[in-house]
Amino acid sequence: MADEEKVQAPAATETAAPEQAAQPAAPQAQATPTHAPQQRPRMGGDRGPRPGGDRGPRPGGREGGPRKFFRRKKVCKFCVEKIDSINYKDVRLLAQFVAERGKIVPRRLTGVCTPHQRRLTAAIKQARNIALLPFSAR
Amino acid sequence: MQRTYEVMFIVRPDMVDEDQDKLISSLESSVTSAGGTVKNVEKMGKRRLAYTVRKFQDGLYLLLTLEASGQAVAELERRLRVTEPVIKFITVRVDEEQKRLDKVKKIRAAHQKRAPEPAAEPAVSEPAAPAV
Repeated sequence: MADEEKVQAPAATETAAPEQAAQPAAPQAQATPTHAPQQRPRMGGDRGPRPGGDRGPRPGGREGGPRKFFRRKKVCKFCVEKIDSINYKDVRLLAQFVAERGKIVPRRLTGVCTPHQRRLTAAIKQARNIALLPFSAR
Repeated sequence: MQRTYEVMFIVRPDMVDEDQDKLISSLESSVTSAGGTVKNVEKMGKRRLAYTVRKFQDGLYLLLTLEASGQAVAELERRLRVTEPVIKFITVRVDEEQKRLDKVKKIRAAHQKRAPEPAAEPAVSEPAAPAV
C-alpha cells in the first residue's frame, strides 16, 4: 500500500511543475477560482483516474484539473463491518493486521481508527503471549 | 469480589484425553474450593504454536471460563505453573469487556427501534415540500 503511494508521489510533483507553468492562461483556472494555483499539484501525472474511486467529497469542492490524484479513502474495518469485539482468540481477524514478520501494521497503512487500533494492539499482544501469533516470524 | 476470567492454557501435545480431564477436574476443584465457579470448559484441540515453547511446536489448547475472586485465580495460576504438562497459560479478565459489549448492543438495538420512525416521517412531510 505504502509503496504505491511512494511511487505516485514523485510522478505527481514532476508533472505538476510544467502544468503549473501552463496553468495561469488555461481556462481551468477560471473554473475554480477558489483554488489557488499552488494547490493544484495534486494530480497523478498522465495516468488518468485510477479505478480505486474518488477520495470522497473534499471540502474544497470540485477540482477543475483534468486529472486528479486518486487515492482511495481508507476506512476502519471494525467501524464499517461493525465488529464489536476484538478478541485475542480470533486469530483469523488479528492476522489481517499483522505483517509477514509478525509486526503490527500501523494505522496509517490499514486505516483502522484510533480506538479500534488500541484494542487491536492489546488483543494482538495477548495472542502473542499464548502463542497464537508470533512475536517475530523467521 | 467475583469477576469473570478466561484462563487459556496449553498442555503438551502428547497428553492423552483422560489426563487432560484429570487435570481439568483438579483445576476445577481448586477454583471451587476458593469460592469460585467454573462456567465453561472448552477443549480447543491441537494447534501449531506460533513459536517454539519448551521445544514444542504444537500444543493442546484448553480454555476455562470462570467466575472467581482474584485470590482464586492466583491460586489457579500457581497450580498451572507447577503442573508439568502445562507449557503456557494466560489469564484474561473479560467482565469489563462483556459489559462494554452489552452496552454497545443495547445502543444498537435502541437505534434500530428508532429507525422506522424517521423513515415514516419523510412520507408525511413530502407532500408538503412541493407546495412550498
